[in-house]
Amino acid sequence: MVLFDLILGLLLVVLVQKCLSVTDLFGAVISFMAFGLLMAVAWVRLEAPDIALAEAAIGSGLTGALLFSTLGRLPHSEARQPIASRTVGSGPGYWLAAGFWWVSIMLLSVAFFLSLLELQAPGLGGYLQERLSESGVLNPVTAVLLNFRSLDTVMEIAVLLLAVAVVWSLGTVGWPAKQKLSLPLLVGLVRLLTPVFLLVAFSLLWRGNHAPGGAFPSGAVLAAASILLLLAGKTIRIYPLTMFWLRWVLAAGLLVFVLAGMSLMFAGYGFLVYPEQWAGTMILIIEVSAGVSIGAMLMALYIGGEPDFHAG
Amino acid sequence: MSAADIAGAALVVVGVLFFLSGTLGLLRFPDIYTRIHALTKADNLGLGLICLGSAVQSGSLLTALKLLLVWILVLLAAAAGASLIAQTAHERGIRPWERQE
Repeated sequence: MVLFDLILGLLLVVLVQKCLSVTDLFGAVISFMAFGLLMAVAWVRLEAPDIALAEAAIGSGLTGALLFSTLGRLPHSEARQPIASRTVGSGPGYWLAAGFWWVSIMLLSVAFFLSLLELQAPGLGGYLQERLSESGVLNPVTAVLLNFRSLDTVMEIAVLLLAVAVVWSLGTVGWPAKQKLSLPLLVGLVRLLTPVFLLVAFSLLWRGNHAPGGAFPSGAVLAAASILLLLAGKTIRIYPLTMFWLRWVLAAGLLVFVLAGMSLMFAGYGFLVYPEQWAGTMILIIEVSAGVSIGAMLMALYIGGEPDFHAG
Repeated sequence: MSAADIAGAALVVVGVLFFLSGTLGLLRFPDIYTRIHALTKADNLGLGLICLGSAVQSGSLLTALKLLLVWILVLLAAAAGASLIAQTAHERGIRPWERQE
């Protein structure tokens, strides 16, 4: 297995190098997605299935879709033509500079590994296992994300919502978007797979209690399902009334999280400090609303602007 | 090693061989249509064999059914993806390769 890990690590470095040095943006996006998939395998090898799930769903899948939709918006020449300014040099100055950076990076990596050896082996794992029974869930990762360090998760969701607000402020997108090709096969596939996507998303949410899963992978699967629906041209109907609801769904994750924190404060516990007997229920409610919100936010990012139903 | 372990390992190895030949086709075939043909056919069979091998090794019916589900989902996605790529290429006017006499 050491050989496998070495090859995996080398491939990751090669893919990053390719992603940065390749001269057309399309190739760079493909390398980036391949990098995400292999990174997910690396997380599995590091026995971190939670991060592997998030990396595969968000890092590779959704970021890839976002990058492709960005490519589609660029003027055709910019997206497809080689980038002239990135031509690789060949003079002795270039090799001197490249050699200098390679040696520095290698030395830094060795220093980093040596300092890792000095670290205390158990870290916070033992402490977490001791307190796990107080958290209201059985999966240590969920316990950290939604109980012990829930403030970090609130901030992550707030940042995502802020990103959607920024993207919407950039302009409107005519809705429903016009479809260039008619792809009946894609429509059939989407019809077949949408229920499967929903099932997987909610199973991931529910499993978060005791196994790898939770709001972020689940939201990513929901977003993937909506993006497939959008691609198939079965545009999710967004009319004035549902625009109103869309805004609420987008904000629901953060709202529920903050409201739960505030009400706990008024009950005398402190912001997001759950009493033990309520912890499981509160985490479930927060996680479901966060999952649905994250799905909607990622979809909104993919649409790339505020949906404008008058233009379409 | 039990008989099930050996049979499972043999199936996985055969599956990997199919993946190798699919990749060879992707690299060596002359145009997009033949490459898709090589990829989807060989890889889908290869994945099926790997799933079957893993199922035999796991010795549990539930795991076997999950692996079957994985294979069916990949079959659906691969078949649809391949024909979408081919359809788009065709509509863009990419002509199938013909042998030069």
